[in-house]
Amino acid sequence: MTEPLKPPPKKNPQRRTRAPTRPSHFRSRAALGLAAAAGEGRFMLQVCDRCTAIQYPPRDACSACLSIDLSWKDAKPTGTLIAETTVQTSTNTYFRERSPWRVGTVVMDIGPSVIAHIHGDITVGEHVRLVNRLDRSGQAVFFAMPVHGTDNPEDDLQMREMTCDPKFRRVLITDGRNPNSVAIAEAFVKAGASIIFVGESEAWRPYPNQSALRGVDNVEILPLDVTDTNSVQVLSGEISGKTDILVNNARFIRPGGLFDRRDVVFAQQEIEVNYLGLMRLAQSFGPVMRERAADGTNSAVSWVNILSAYAWTNEPDFGPFSASNAAALSISQALRADLADSGIRVMNVYVGPTEDEWHQPLPPPKVTPGSLARAVVTGLRDGLEEQFVGDIAEDLIKRWRDNPKVLEREMIANRGRA
Amino acid sequence: MTARRKGYEGVVVVAPTTAPYQRFSIKTAHWWIARALGDCLASARIGPRDIDGFSVASFTLFPDTAVGLTQHLGLSVRWLDHVPLGGACGVVALRRAARAVQCGDSTIVACVAGDTNHVDSFRRMLSSFSRFAQDASYPYGAGGPNACFALLTDYYMRTYGARREDFGKICVTQRDNALKNPNAVMKHPLTMDDYLAGRPISDPITLFDCVMPVAGAEAFLVMREEDAIAQNLPHAHILGTIERHNAFSEDVIQTRGGWAMEIDELYAMAACTSQDIDVVNTYDDYPVIVMMQMEDLGFCAKGEAPSFVRDSDFTICGDFPHNTSGGQLSAGQAGAGGGFLGLTEAIRQVTGTAGPTQVDGAKMALVSGFGMINYDRGLCSGAAILSGGDT
Amino acid sequence: MSKIDNDPGAVLGAFAAAIGSGDVKVVDLTHTLDPDFPVIVLPPEFGQCARFRMEEISAYDHRGPAWKWRNFTCGEHTGTHFDAPAHWISGRDLPNNSVDEISPSRFFGPIQVIDCSEGAAEDEDFELTPALIEAWEDEHGEILPSSWVLMRTDWSKRNGAAYLNMLEDGPHSPGPTPEAVQFLVDKRNIRGFGTETVGPDAGQGAHYSPPYPAHYYLHGAGRLGLQCLTNLDRLPPRGAFLIAPPLKIKNGTGSPLRVLALVAQVAAPHYAE
Repeated sequence: MTEPLKPPPKKNPQRRTRAPTRPSHFRSRAALGLAAAAGEGRFMLQVCDRCTAIQYPPRDACSACLSIDLSWKDAKPTGTLIAETTVQTSTNTYFRERSPWRVGTVVMDIGPSVIAHIHGDITVGEHVRLVNRLDRSGQAVFFAMPVHGTDNPEDDLQMREMTCDPKFRRVLITDGRNPNSVAIAEAFVKAGASIIFVGESEAWRPYPNQSALRGVDNVEILPLDVTDTNSVQVLSGEISGKTDILVNNARFIRPGGLFDRRDVVFAQQEIEVNYLGLMRLAQSFGPVMRERAADGTNSAVSWVNILSAYAWTNEPDFGPFSASNAAALSISQALRADLADSGIRVMNVYVGPTEDEWHQPLPPPKVTPGSLARAVVTGLRDGLEEQFVGDIAEDLIKRWRDNPKVLEREMIANRGRA
Repeated sequence: MTARRKGYEGVVVVAPTTAPYQRFSIKTAHWWIARALGDCLASARIGPRDIDGFSVASFTLFPDTAVGLTQHLGLSVRWLDHVPLGGACGVVALRRAARAVQCGDSTIVACVAGDTNHVDSFRRMLSSFSRFAQDASYPYGAGGPNACFALLTDYYMRTYGARREDFGKICVTQRDNALKNPNAVMKHPLTMDDYLAGRPISDPITLFDCVMPVAGAEAFLVMREEDAIAQNLPHAHILGTIERHNAFSEDVIQTRGGWAMEIDELYAMAACTSQDIDVVNTYDDYPVIVMMQMEDLGFCAKGEAPSFVRDSDFTICGDFPHNTSGGQLSAGQAGAGGGFLGLTEAIRQVTGTAGPTQVDGAKMALVSGFGMINYDRGLCSGAAILSGGDT
Repeated sequence: MSKIDNDPGAVLGAFAAAIGSGDVKVVDLTHTLDPDFPVIVLPPEFGQCARFRMEEISAYDHRGPAWKWRNFTCGEHTGTHFDAPAHWISGRDLPNNSVDEISPSRFFGPIQVIDCSEGAAEDEDFELTPALIEAWEDEHGEILPSSWVLMRTDWSKRNGAAYLNMLEDGPHSPGPTPEAVQFLVDKRNIRGFGTETVGPDAGQGAHYSPPYPAHYYLHGAGRLGLQCLTNLDRLPPRGAFLIAPPLKIKNGTGSPLRVLALVAQVAAPHYAE
């Protein structure tokens, strides 16, 4: 049984904050396919296109038939733990600081033997379920979990290193005005977050969920306007040292294609909020969070951006808005790169049309604040990097991966059909 | 359908050389290899211009390979080999050089293996040892070979009932042997209690299960028998050799090495049995691998090594002299030099030149190599049987 | 005739001396340009007035070692600002209707302050009517032609949400009735009209006919507007003098600006006649 995680004590201000270290992040190009799968919480292995042999470790040619055509496929992640070791001394500082560290050999039901991190609740001989997770280096690793339910498995200290679990962590939701802010705050309360800071812009202008937000437990409303550099800097000065998870839900959206507008005024607002807002937050909060990435139970751990799925391909009826999200997606990759050393995960949550006033004329399905909030929390628990929430976003990314250029034509062909 | 192999008639091994090991060195692999090569040639009373074949094994030569060393060391050769096979490099270098001399591609091949050991070398080497290690084992606790062998040891113990004391006996005995080897880095006796109290490294492996990385180098020469006789050099004959890589890839975890595939071939070629062997030098990076070699080389059945260990005396004077120099566990692991250590000692034993570690009446020696934990298991296996005198 | 008729420098010399001595006080009627200062809120499907924003270019650092400076952005109607006739459709076709074309002399003028603060304190939809104007004139004399009429409501003392006072049916703040604006424009021929609120019209001004009558009549007649003024409580009902030159923006419909009032502390010598 996993020892339940204890709430962290107040920080001793006389103690130096431990600098973040990380497991080895070097991987071959083939192995990066595993990281791509882990970023979406998928367990995948390479499978030979010709002879269907399953391969591990990742490689460039089939070890059964020498075919050079290998494809990543979802694989049955079960197996048996046949050997284990507890690493007591490591040449890597990250593991040295976290030793003893348990790893084991798992023989998968589908064939390969894999070395995996192992959960504290399993012993040799047991049937296990492997999950593919990103570790603090941002690279993929296998983690062997108990097959049957155990008590608070997420509190296993090795497991917690592979996730961004909100339990006992402090969260900043950047835009209280967004209709989704209440649902997100409530989801974090339920997930055990200790404080939920919520940024509120233009307090002089009332908004519908203002009072509901104030009714959520552990919510602390603070002034924050992501379009105002000074405001971002001031709030960062106050709370970036205790922001463990930052959820950037700030969004400016107006419908309309390129020709529907005769100006760039809304587009500027979209860029100001959706792109530059993210950049301002990143420049103020990012460097501080990065330093706190190994700061105990409530270390800084994740940065969440809620973006439009149309960041991937332009939705012409929301043309300029889509463009601002494409910019945000791009800068989020720069943010991910700048945070990589520290192990802080950047998770982008992509949504299709959301249940709000700006998508009011559109038919369902639309993403509700509740489902978005659940996705944010489960994504953090699974340590994800990319999430597509709702049928439309999932459909869009499937099409994009199939052929981005074909998708572009489809977006044109489907224009106005909604 | 393996073709019947030719023997190594007319080819001998001479001038086993050890550049005395150091725990850490500020020198480079080039320096250590030069030192061992110089001593080796001097002991055979020849100069660098007299060799026309050169074989090198080293992990720390980067960015150079064997060819860079020819210019660096002023060698001009017509046969050149680089053997990046870790613990199997000694047997493999020997086999290749022997054929080159036998076929006339080379007259004298100098085989050298060695590495330096800087303060940070070991850590650096682990993180980039192989692509599979980098991708699929090093990220898991970064325990390096300690953790990989811990998993094999754990599995072996669970499957065959080996106890820590059994591994301990191998280590304690080798320390005993090492105390007679002036070149061994370990100078103090090791008791079973010391062994059992060893600092945990990666359960069930503890401190004395692990080799100590050192700087050092080993060398020998392969030449025609007639030349060795003409030079009046003590020489060993090569009775048989085997090598196998990536054997038994279907095994879920390693319990055997490539020797098990080739063992009949080895004894058939050498026209002897395991009973005829006087000295056995196995590759001993971890004691569990020693047990696997005892089994796979035919000294006992699979799974019986623990009791074989309990029932045998591995000291120089014992009934089963084993790793008479102290092995890597007590003499130190000089990188790729560890792949040569058993071989140079075997040459000394059968040529009666082992000095303080000499086994009385040692005529035939078996040396085996094992190397390259590419991912979860060692891929390279090799073995050779040598004899002295005029066989 | 006094001697200054023969000495053009004497007027300004006397003025400078009065400023220097404090006989003429300068009252700042301007709010600080603050990123969080409210701007007018329109239905969200319309474009909105940009709020004041600043981005640092350098601050004696690697971006510029010896100097500190910033870029700022805002709307023409952000903060304490000036409305030109071109701001409204009624003034669209007038000559010289933009800030760059208005004769600079029109940026100066005498001030009449109509104090509506008591009424506004009781009624957030308080209306300035012709009757109230006439009552003011009964007390202080007729409004001078070409003067600035400033409607004091003490609204500038409100903070945060109370300033725009947005309710479910929109903002609530005091302003003039259509008739009051017409009276000031047609009967008194004022130069411009200024308020402490975010616009010259009442918060509920959209419901008058015409909607937003202050904008409509003032700019239709080529008159000027000033909004988001402060410190009107420091001005006398009449006798103060306004300086309000906007930025010279090409075809500008308005501009943030510094609005200053000059208030004589002592009775002036009688220059004229």
